[in-house]
Amino acid sequence: MITKEAAATAAPAAPRAAAPPPPRPAPRRRPWDEVPRWQIYLPLGGYLVFTLIPFYWILLFSLRPAGSTSLVPWPVTFEHFEKVWTERNFAVFFQNSVLVGLATLVMTTLVALAGGYALARFDFRAKQGFLLALLCSQFVPGALLLVPLFEIFAGLRMINSLGSVILAETVFQLPLSMILISNFIKNVPYSLEEAAWVDGCGRLRAFRIVVLPLLRPGLIAVGSFAFVHSWNHFLFALMFLNNQDKQTIPVGLNTLMSADSVDLGALAAGGIVAAVPVVIVFAFIQKWLITGFSAGAVKG
Amino acid sequence: MAQAAAVAKPPAPPRRRRASHAPRGLPYLLIGPALLLMLGFIAYPVLSVFYYSLQDYNPTKPWRNGYAGLGNFVRVFTEDPQFWDTLVFSAQWVFVEVGLQLLFGLALALIVNQTFVGRGIGRALVFSPWAVSGVLTSAIWVLLYNSQTGVSRYLADLGLGEYGTSWLSDPATVFPAAIVADLWRGVPFFAILLLADLQSVPKDLYEAAEVDGASRLQQFRHITLPHLKDAIILSTLLRAVWEFNNVDLLYTLTGGGPAGETTTLPLYIANTSVDAHDFGYASALTTVAFVILLFCSIAYLRLSKFGGEKK
Repeated sequence: MITKEAAATAAPAAPRAAAPPPPRPAPRRRPWDEVPRWQIYLPLGGYLVFTLIPFYWILLFSLRPAGSTSLVPWPVTFEHFEKVWTERNFAVFFQNSVLVGLATLVMTTLVALAGGYALARFDFRAKQGFLLALLCSQFVPGALLLVPLFEIFAGLRMINSLGSVILAETVFQLPLSMILISNFIKNVPYSLEEAAWVDGCGRLRAFRIVVLPLLRPGLIAVGSFAFVHSWNHFLFALMFLNNQDKQTIPVGLNTLMSADSVDLGALAAGGIVAAVPVVIVFAFIQKWLITGFSAGAVKG
Repeated sequence: MAQAAAVAKPPAPPRRRRASHAPRGLPYLLIGPALLLMLGFIAYPVLSVFYYSLQDYNPTKPWRNGYAGLGNFVRVFTEDPQFWDTLVFSAQWVFVEVGLQLLFGLALALIVNQTFVGRGIGRALVFSPWAVSGVLTSAIWVLLYNSQTGVSRYLADLGLGEYGTSWLSDPATVFPAAIVADLWRGVPFFAILLLADLQSVPKDLYEAAEVDGASRLQQFRHITLPHLKDAIILSTLLRAVWEFNNVDLLYTLTGGGPAGETTTLPLYIANTSVDAHDFGYASALTTVAFVILLFCSIAYLRLSKFGGEKK
């Protein structure tokens, strides 16, 4: 929906350029600009308090000494982080989570890119059925397929290997990723590709040098969704990985939470460790997710 | 982008070239990997759930395994009060969550769609919980809700409530407490989706409405809402399915407790299959849940006339 505009501005239609554009009226004050400021800042501020207090809370617990009830993390201590990272095995969990996240990202993006291209550019006999299957798969709860999935992975001797989680995450990411990517590809005018063929490019090369650069926002969105989802997802890892050395961060967090007496400082520090990569990804894709999507930015 | 614009300059060739560049097998080759993965890891498990639903299948009691006919389904509907309890709770949970998330998400999207100083950072902060996992959300809210050093303690310091209040272990407060925790990370989902759609509303429409003297409320009703309709229908449906199926948050935050108070149907199914090893019965429950979900989704799309007003 957004890239439609992006593609349109990126590729000025040749015929339209022939006629001189009508002079733009001088920018007027639009109704959108006339909302009283307090109607923006008051509700936004209120909501921000709700959003930020939980973040502050976990930061506070992770930095203040155990037993302290101070509302500012002073004096700062890093004992919780040291404890979680070494004693509670989060160093290993972190490594595993990164591996799962990156592998899921790469697999999802590649498979979805191929499938999305077919859906966007070709009419083939099975297409409607395939699209329907993609949609239906959205209603299939991964959580309810745990048992048969477990049996499949047991049959493949993949229980306790990160591969099982990577496969499962990829499969459940695929339908939506493929639909998203095919929409992004549809928004790239087919004539661009055709023009490249005329200039002597093969289909693959035309795709690589013409379409792929225009897909960047879409690929970043899909890839980061895949990473964030697999980083966050809990149930598959809980079910398919029994070995302490194979588990991922969400499972580690759950272990901390389900202890008889919860070590709040360690839990908070573990939570921060879980949040950091996601926050980095979020800050990175923000530009594409939000600002890059805004009509203003596209209109330039 | 500049590169693409440069390529775009030569006039587009006639359309029929398309055929010569599309070998017949290519689309199937391209969807092949996705198709194989989905057949193996979605279609096959779904079929095996249907199969098991007709079986008595419990790995810990192999002597009783065998064909059960519709026995499991009869048990679901006539002998299992927990099925009805968890189904009702699931419906409550989904309805309240999706309704509130849509309400707050739409309001937030409308606000951050305005032009104002600090919009970039405002958006980033408001949207940030979107990326936080269910388990991490639980961890955060366990810290907020705990009875010793959680928020309730500081409220008690101010004279509000009593010391030692634990909202998660009191049946009277556990539902709102869990709802608020899930809202915290769910609202940004709607805000992001609806914001993206808000920005595709042609600005001229508002300018024309302004010329015609339409108030801001009228503009919202007659321009913004109709434009967002399909996005709202689709996002609420997807979210409802997701909220129904997702067990991360409740599993880790309340564990379905206290006293089964917050057990959704999927959580009950997971417990039945994972803890009780009653795979046959869990499969029957799964089948029922799946049918209910599909039926509700179709009904919702029909009733809301999805896509009806498009040209």
